[in-house]
Amino acid sequence: MTCDEARILLHALLDNELDAGHAREVEGHIAGCPDCAAEFAAQREMQRVLTDTNLRYTAPASLRSRIEASLPQAQRQQPSRRSVLRGFAMGSAVSALAATGIVALVLRQDDQQRILSEVVSAHLRSLQAGHLTDVVSTDQHTVKPWFNGKLDVAPPVIDLTAQGFTLVGGRLDYIDARAIGAVVYKRRQHVVNLFVSQTSSSEHRPPKTQTMQGFNCRRWGERGLNFWAVSDIGADELAEFVDKFEAAMKANVEG
Amino acid sequence: MPGTDDLQKAQRFREAALPHLDDVYTLARYLLRDASDAEDAVQECYLRALKHFDSYRGPAIKPWLFAILRNVCNAEYARRAHRPSAIEDTPGAAEQTPIWQESEASPETEVLRSRDAGAIRKLIETLAEPFKETFVLREINNLSYREIAEAIGAPVGTVMSRLARARAMLRAAWTAEEEHSR
Ligand SMILES: [Zn+2]
Repeated sequence: MTCDEARILLHALLDNELDAGHAREVEGHIAGCPDCAAEFAAQREMQRVLTDTNLRYTAPASLRSRIEASLPQAQRQQPSRRSVLRGFAMGSAVSALAATGIVALVLRQDDQQRILSEVVSAHLRSLQAGHLTDVVSTDQHTVKPWFNGKLDVAPPVIDLTAQGFTLVGGRLDYIDARAIGAVVYKRRQHVVNLFVSQTSSSEHRPPKTQTMQGFNCRRWGERGLNFWAVSDIGADELAEFVDKFEAAMKANVEG
Repeated sequence: MPGTDDLQKAQRFREAALPHLDDVYTLARYLLRDASDAEDAVQECYLRALKHFDSYRGPAIKPWLFAILRNVCNAEYARRAHRPSAIEDTPGAAEQTPIWQESEASPETEVLRSRDAGAIRKLIETLAEPFKETFVLREINNLSYREIAEAIGAPVGTVMSRLARARAMLRAAWTAEEEHSR
């Protein structure tokens, strides 16, 4: 690999866009080339600062209402069961389209990565003023029924206050163009969003932590549901959250 | 009175597209460098998106919305080019000058400066196109390379080289600013 190639590919490495083989090649070049190693370190540092800085803009409320007003109006309604199902159908079209879409051989297949990116975006959106919760309650018996009728499958809502994660409410969110339940917890002043979606697969998928844009995301599959827990708390604390959640779930099922 | 189909379409559109309003607005702000032009462009983008929603086939709606916004912004660039005075009149015109040529920072503020969101936003705004849009789509709108390629209608290889170039330019501008304020 030449330095010219490495200078481009190191960005794909930084963005976690390379497949394992190419990642190893770039890392190999960097290990043996002080110039590219310095460039990589500098770019990684810049990305770290950028990630720590809020560079997003929030659309003015007036713009949102102007756009709302320009849409054909019916009574404002929650997403219907049909539209949720349509959302699921849209999701299954993803693989068919990926096959006909843009393919670059160096890049790995990244449906998971794209969904992770949407989950992190949803987490970011929720942190903006007034976006965190649709239903505010520390009582699981208030939050859980709120989801009924809004989603095909209401997400499990468990109070983990005694375990150090305070339930603060719930929210309807959108991932991959489908409605999805978000259960919101707080750890000190840090928000933990737990996104829950239905999956056709009932297999158990062990928890796995990934980092994107400075947020930790731990995802797993259990009981026909996919879970994504997202927060800016440390990876170990997030793992603790998931362990406590799963332990409480099991206790609920058995008790 | 809108028909049932229109209402259903509007409802699907609302659910799919409105959650990305901040993302679309963010890109518009960086591309147009003017709050009110950005608002107009985003509104136009959503109008066009609704009109063509029937032809939208997924999978991800974000790149599709961004592609529409780019078209709207290109029309705005063309309009500005035909009315040079319009650009000079905008309050943002002074920002055409790279901010690292200003010298107001005292040594004590140096560390803060390098992390101040406003200063970084300006550095990004002054990046040349087409590097700026690729950078914003990746670093701020959080798109994957494939999604960026879809949004800008270019091959992934082009996305990669533009991104490398954009980051090199940004780092150079950033370093120049820090050295100047030292
Ligand atoms: Zn090298």
